[in-house]
Amino acid sequence: MAKYLLLKHYRGAPAPVNNVPMDRWTPEEISAHMQYMHDFAARLEKTGEFVDGQALAPEGTFVRYDGEGRPPVTDGPFAETKDLIAGWMVIDVDSYERAVELAGELSAAPGAGGRPIHEWLELRPFLAAPPTVTE
Amino acid sequence: MDEALLRSLTPSVLGVLVRRGADFAAAEDAVQDALVEAVRVWAADPPRDPKGWLVTAAWRKFLDATRADTARRRREDLVDEEPAPGPAPAADDTLRLYFLCAHPSLTPASAVALTLRAVGGLTTRQIARAYLVPEATMAQRISRAKRTVSGVRLDRPGDVATVLRTLYLVFNEGYSGDVDLAAEAIRLTRQLAAAIDHPEVAGLLALMLLHHARRAARTAPDGSLVPLAEQDRRRWDTRSVAEGIGILQTALARDRLGEFQAQAAIAALHADAPTTEETDWVQIVEWYDELVRLTDSPVVRLNRAVAVGEADGPRAGLAALAALDGSLPRHTAVAAYLHERDGDLPTAARLYAEAAHRAPTLAERDHLTRQAARLNTHLRP
Repeated sequence: MAKYLLLKHYRGAPAPVNNVPMDRWTPEEISAHMQYMHDFAARLEKTGEFVDGQALAPEGTFVRYDGEGRPPVTDGPFAETKDLIAGWMVIDVDSYERAVELAGELSAAPGAGGRPIHEWLELRPFLAAPPTVTE
Repeated sequence: MDEALLRSLTPSVLGVLVRRGADFAAAEDAVQDALVEAVRVWAADPPRDPKGWLVTAAWRKFLDATRADTARRRREDLVDEEPAPGPAPAADDTLRLYFLCAHPSLTPASAVALTLRAVGGLTTRQIARAYLVPEATMAQRISRAKRTVSGVRLDRPGDVATVLRTLYLVFNEGYSGDVDLAAEAIRLTRQLAAAIDHPEVAGLLALMLLHHARRAARTAPDGSLVPLAEQDRRRWDTRSVAEGIGILQTALARDRLGEFQAQAAIAALHADAPTTEETDWVQIVEWYDELVRLTDSPVVRLNRAVAVGEADGPRAGLAALAALDGSLPRHTAVAAYLHERDGDLPTAARLYAEAAHRAPTLAERDHLTRQAARLNTHLRP
């Protein structure tokens, strides 16, 4: 098994095909979308492939160390950062192909007009722990 | 095996061990071990005196652990003390534990965890699951909390306010994992109310019961939030409402008003109303005025603005809102709602979308996005 991170972006990913902000959908379209996401996660829990999923607030801050005895420097809330993560899902699957298949399904969640959003999701493999047997 | 009974005995059993001279941290571990053993053994062989059984088992576990320790001499002293259970009644033991577990030297998160384990009898794993953190993390939080309070003497009265804040936090966490924290908070507050006669304890218990009564109506089958005005009031738990109102009335009659009684009074007025329109908003505003006087909290002022909007119309609500800091959490959501009530749908739609962007929870974000979508659908040419 290998773990993959599926990242959803507020900003920074290429524009999706069906690019309408959610507050311009109908309430029924929003419900359909939520149901799709919920069913997707529930199905992965059943197949034993779901690890975690979280959503992030759009606001955040950059923080860095500023030397001994000084409070950290903060910058933000983020202005026009290039990339802004909206949330993630971690899956644990048998193969890269399976990870791509699942990301593709998630990207097909319905949006405005009930049509798939075709949203770009970023798929990132976890660096695994070294195996016990190495030769 | 009656898990509820088992857990309700936890604080008094722990109290007996501490009174016999066991230090709190070791006694607490011993009681947890005894609870685990009870779960294993009682199903086949239920004891006639469950509490006596638990005290004996926990004391044995405590001695075993102490024996395993290097403090052999201390153990021998303790064995000598064993027959003396001490004169204090169980209610006092329980009360002392509440005070200890919510001691002001603990952070709120630590006080919550320690209360759930030492008073509530939940396992570390259950608490970890409920708060969605790894079990090892929760175990550390609890053992650090135990170390923090290890020097606190149990023979002094504690601060009821910190206990109530802790229980309120547990209640607000709601439901996740296999433990219903809201129900657990009610159980613990009920147990506290039995151990101490205090109108604010009663006020908090009433507040919890009145909010809990609405739980089934608060979420739609798809998990989305249903606001108070749209809830199917037939789904409110009338028994819980009646109990909450009864407890509140008794507390209010003592004429020692506090913030939890005032909050419960507002919840009671909602529970009493057959519809939003028939709600006694004027009286609700008066209770908010009391709450402002008691707490001077900006969040209370924000809620008051909503009530003013219902009592005196949306313009009055917006005027009350204008006096408040716009960066308050949910300020934009309240503004959106009042503008909608005032008939300014484009402004309301824009503010709902903005409020969704700032929402502190996923459920609220979804709800506010739906509100924006609903108005935008309506406004579309």
